[in-house]
Amino acid sequence: MPKFNMVQAINLALREELQRDKDVIVLGEDVGIDGGVFRVTEGLLQQFGPERIVDTPLAESGIIGVSVGMAAYGLKPVAEIQFMGFTYAAVDQIYSHAARIRSRSRGRYGCPLVIRTPYGAGIKPPELHSESAEALFCHMPGVKVVVPSSPYNAKGLLLSSIRDPDPVIFLEATRLYRLIKEEVPEGEYTIPLGKARIVQEGNDITVIAWGSMLHRTLQAVDGVDAEVLDLMTLRPFDEETVLKSVKKTGRVVIVHEAPKTCGFGAELSATIAEYAMLYLKAPIMRVTGYDAVMPLARLEEYFIPSADRIKEAFGEAMKY
Amino acid sequence: MPERIVESFDVKWIDILDEKGNVDESLMPPLSDDEIKKMYETLLLARTFDQRALNLQREGRLGTYASILGQEASQIGSALAFEKTDWIFPSFRESGVLIARGYPLSMIFQYWSGDERALKAPADMNIFPISIPVGTHIPHAVGVAFAAKYRGDRIAASAYFGDGGTSKGDFHEGFNMAGVFKAPVVFICQNNQWAISVPREKQTASKTLAQKAFAYGFEGIQVDGNDIFAVYRVTKDALEKAKSGGGPTFIECFTYRMSHHTTADDATRYRRQEEVEAWKLKDPVLRLKLFMHKKGIWAEQYHKEIEEKSKAVIDDAVKTAESIEPPDPRDIITYTYATPTRRQMRELKDF
Repeated sequence: MPKFNMVQAINLALREELQRDKDVIVLGEDVGIDGGVFRVTEGLLQQFGPERIVDTPLAESGIIGVSVGMAAYGLKPVAEIQFMGFTYAAVDQIYSHAARIRSRSRGRYGCPLVIRTPYGAGIKPPELHSESAEALFCHMPGVKVVVPSSPYNAKGLLLSSIRDPDPVIFLEATRLYRLIKEEVPEGEYTIPLGKARIVQEGNDITVIAWGSMLHRTLQAVDGVDAEVLDLMTLRPFDEETVLKSVKKTGRVVIVHEAPKTCGFGAELSATIAEYAMLYLKAPIMRVTGYDAVMPLARLEEYFIPSADRIKEAFGEAMKY
Repeated sequence: MPERIVESFDVKWIDILDEKGNVDESLMPPLSDDEIKKMYETLLLARTFDQRALNLQREGRLGTYASILGQEASQIGSALAFEKTDWIFPSFRESGVLIARGYPLSMIFQYWSGDERALKAPADMNIFPISIPVGTHIPHAVGVAFAAKYRGDRIAASAYFGDGGTSKGDFHEGFNMAGVFKAPVVFICQNNQWAISVPREKQTASKTLAQKAFAYGFEGIQVDGNDIFAVYRVTKDALEKAKSGGGPTFIECFTYRMSHHTTADDATRYRRQEEVEAWKLKDPVLRLKLFMHKKGIWAEQYHKEIEEKSKAVIDDAVKTAESIEPPDPRDIITYTYATPTRRQMRELKDF
């Protein structure tokens, strides 16, 4: 079976779904002839033509606004926003419209829209190219938030996201784009949204991570009998798997790149406290980015949870 | 090298029916007497609806309401030009558009009483739910137009907004994309001179709103928005152009908001009564009446009958709206996603 990195796996998913379903349209800045700034859409223009692989003007709110209309008409737009920091310009369209049109029209119109965007640190770019703002979108009823962690699950999750009848924010960790190669089958397979993955089983600590932080976590987990969960979908997240694991281990460490206050770790912590408090042997630990603005490259590694900081949290949890 | 002009534009103004009821025959669209009567009857129905909505609001039977008084010709003249297959994206001051398209009157009342069920248009109408954040629905119309073009469907999409909407970023982004995609879309701006308390000249330094279209590569036209024939004609032409591959058009209907911004506003705080009085002379219903009178298709008796019929229809609509069973609180959750989440399934048990 061929081995693919995440860029190639996402490209394959798009290619297969474009082939399978004429309603799928890819649009965004530089997605055509340039193949996207990360080359995720490379070759699609040549294969599917400019009617379906649409280079748009440089206008994030417009891209999402136009996609809302396309989706209402019955197409399945897959919009690329070049970097997550630029989704902020489209928040009005996402929050006020994409997320609400099903409810506002009492089911008459849906919004089967996927917004793919690269997130997180690791490529030494200018400001606002390394954001990890997943929690912003997790707070929006009507939106789903998906974060793959590997080429294999990127493909399966993207296919599910495109076929989902509701808007999905699909976050691609820049750090992971070319980091790992693994076997990715061609053809049909999907990974359901809303389901977490148990990466490794363990008994002493439940570690919850997603996207690029999953790999940091796995670097730190040596010598600890940890159960590692890859959340994959943040909204709606897999409460069942999380709680089952926490009830087994009694200790929780949550790792994310985003700032701590109102980060998605807060939601996880609160849910665990609500439903599994009496199973806990230690306080819930969060290892996160700082409550500060994401810095540029020179300070980036201080900001993002390091393997050492994650290990420290394991040590702390095991004191109880 | 000498300086030279690389591009220049002229903005057209169109009016057909003047304040005394005279028409410019060379521009007059081909309309039968029955079609003209239908225009008049729809204007009266919309005006009666509007007045009733204001009364109901004062009695506490409706929530906040945005009056269309003065803008009826802009709304009805344009709305009557559409075909059933066209898509319409209304903003919140569009009762006249909805009425002209045959949207059930009871549902318009129901919406303003705070009931989302009324935003679900009847299945044979492509009318998007009313968009509250100003101007943000403009790109949606472009998206529908793009999709229709992609599928080869011969339809057009149209977004309604006001002069305030032209200041928004989504106006720019939507217009720009419409131009680039040559999308079959007709943008209809009712320049009613006021965005709540901010007058038109503080909204933009442009002499007209229509001229903005030229910057995006398509035509903008200014039309007398109180002249139902001119609005109808310009919209009809723009729709035909859109459907035959000619791309977008921007129509600026030059009109006036005769009432307050909404029932929650007091326009006397910021504008002079003399201005309002001057616009009363340009009333869209009055000038159509004068025209019809000259043509011999208007009489006191006819007017009375239409007025009474309108009142009766609206009485019925109010009755229907007020006797509808209350919404199911589970609806709050049910329509968030195609399938409720696990958390929502638990929340549903509260009801």
